[in-house]
Amino acid sequence: MMRRSKNFWLLLAFTASVSIFLILPVVLSVLAGLTKDYFVGLSSGLTLDWVIKVWTEYQRSILLSVGIALACLVCSLLLGVPAAYVLFKRNSGWSRAAEELMMMPVALPGIATALALIATYGAVGEFRTHWTFILVGHVLFTLPFMVRSVLAVMHSIELNVLEEGARSLGASFTQRFFSVTLPNCAPGILAGSLMVLTLSMGEFNMTLLLHTPFTQTLPVGLADAYASLRIEVASAYTVIFFLIIVPLLIAMQAAKRLTRTS
Amino acid sequence: MSTALTQKTAAAGAQITLTRCAKSFRTHKALQPLDLQINAGETLALLGPSGCGKTTTLRIIAGLETPDDGGTVMYDGVDVTNVPIERRNVGMVFQSYALFPNMNVLENVKYGLRVRDYSASNANSRASEMLAMMRIEDLAQRRINELSGGQRQRVALARALAPQPRVLLLDEPLAALDARLRDVLRVEIDRLLRSLGITAIYVTHDQSEAMALGDRIAVMNNGVIAQIGTPEEIYFHPADAFVGDFVGTMNSIEHNGKRFTFRPEDIDLVDPTSATFTGTVTQRLFLGDHVQLAVSIDGASSDAPVTIRVRARNSPSLNDKIGLKLQPLTRLARDTH
Repeated sequence: MMRRSKNFWLLLAFTASVSIFLILPVVLSVLAGLTKDYFVGLSSGLTLDWVIKVWTEYQRSILLSVGIALACLVCSLLLGVPAAYVLFKRNSGWSRAAEELMMMPVALPGIATALALIATYGAVGEFRTHWTFILVGHVLFTLPFMVRSVLAVMHSIELNVLEEGARSLGASFTQRFFSVTLPNCAPGILAGSLMVLTLSMGEFNMTLLLHTPFTQTLPVGLADAYASLRIEVASAYTVIFFLIIVPLLIAMQAAKRLTRTS
Repeated sequence: MSTALTQKTAAAGAQITLTRCAKSFRTHKALQPLDLQINAGETLALLGPSGCGKTTTLRIIAGLETPDDGGTVMYDGVDVTNVPIERRNVGMVFQSYALFPNMNVLENVKYGLRVRDYSASNANSRASEMLAMMRIEDLAQRRINELSGGQRQRVALARALAPQPRVLLLDEPLAALDARLRDVLRVEIDRLLRSLGITAIYVTHDQSEAMALGDRIAVMNNGVIAQIGTPEEIYFHPADAFVGDFVGTMNSIEHNGKRFTFRPEDIDLVDPTSATFTGTVTQRLFLGDHVQLAVSIDGASSDAPVTIRVRARNSPSLNDKIGLKLQPLTRLARDTH
């Protein structure tokens, strides 16, 4: 057994205490969502009642969030991948400016973006009360993450040279797009997709202003539950959010590993 | 030599003619209007320092760039100026190989056949033929990231040659490899080009690669061809000081009002009494098989010492007084006065 220095144990203790500090709230809110009576404590026993209650009452919000996240993914794939490709091909000052501009909704407070959307399009027919109004906000917010992720992979694999290689072998644009471009950019597209899903699922700042009573998303519903219902219900809500988001995060890490080895 | 060339012509290569091909990128003129003819089956080396226009010339021949207005590219007399590379039937080997990481070695080699609608069995047999030719059959199922630099280079060659191109274009194919591997592959590429009889254009900044592989060499500088000719012509009769220096060391001194231009190996160590020049050794580099000396010549009007090479055994020491004699019949260069 290797002898560790005193510093090692000190650092380990420090790391462990910081980790516990960060993880404890997570554990407590999960437990709160599964405890019969939070104020009595764990001795009151564990139950799934709260989770079931949330599912029956907030089903709409949860499904809407999943739906918006998926629609947001489709939009950012359809807009983001071609956008990244064009930005990559036209590697000029203009394309870098466009890339920076695209980052604006990420840099701005979500509330500012939301207010701008409402002020501009709030009065357009039924749009304001339709779920696609939230979708627009989410796409604005998540698109740069997709574009950046795909662009980074395009640069790292030297897509230019790969495409020239394919062209020299006689491949037309469609042939090389599906056999060379897309497969080699796949790790970036995958990483971007998981990022978009996660960000859209959890988006709160912008959605708080964009939503209407009929278009309440999961995080907004969560805030509502914490503000107006028993803490057990709100915590059970958190449990459901975890169940959706943790697999996504794990998949994201796996995708990152995939990108590195290829 | 010329009959050998004609025999090579009988094979598959195309004759390439560039007429007034210039290329500007924004305000930068990468290539001045250039005329160049490459004979069918010939290997032409484009040699020059970085930024001289050699890669731009290659990319124009390939169809990856179009020349500025007024320039034309012809393959066997047919104007292909506006035909993109994918329809020119060329093979290209890139400096970074450009192998597809999403496919294994065999799939890479088959790619050019697949996009040309070869049947599966034809593609397979042609691809295995290529792998055998490059002696990489064992690597067929390997992923690209599992290959060494030399193996990648072989795969890149096999892939480029599989669809039987009319022209093979090589862009610094050995630049990324270490010196020993470079020597081995240089010999292999030479054997390959000679046996295939394909028209080949080989871009390099390494003069020994250009001399070993080129039937002719075009030395480029600042977007123009400084000289084009056989390796011997280029080496022994350089058109100007740039070419002379680029393809080897060139000494140039003025002595008794006369200019002497000669290569290090064209001068012998002799007894000072029978010498053309006498001088003092100012630097001595031991290089194993020979010693490189810098000699300051007595009575030379320029201060720069000349470089000479002598056999390592019993060679002069630093600060020795030595005599030098130019070999007869090696009067090089034109007198650049």
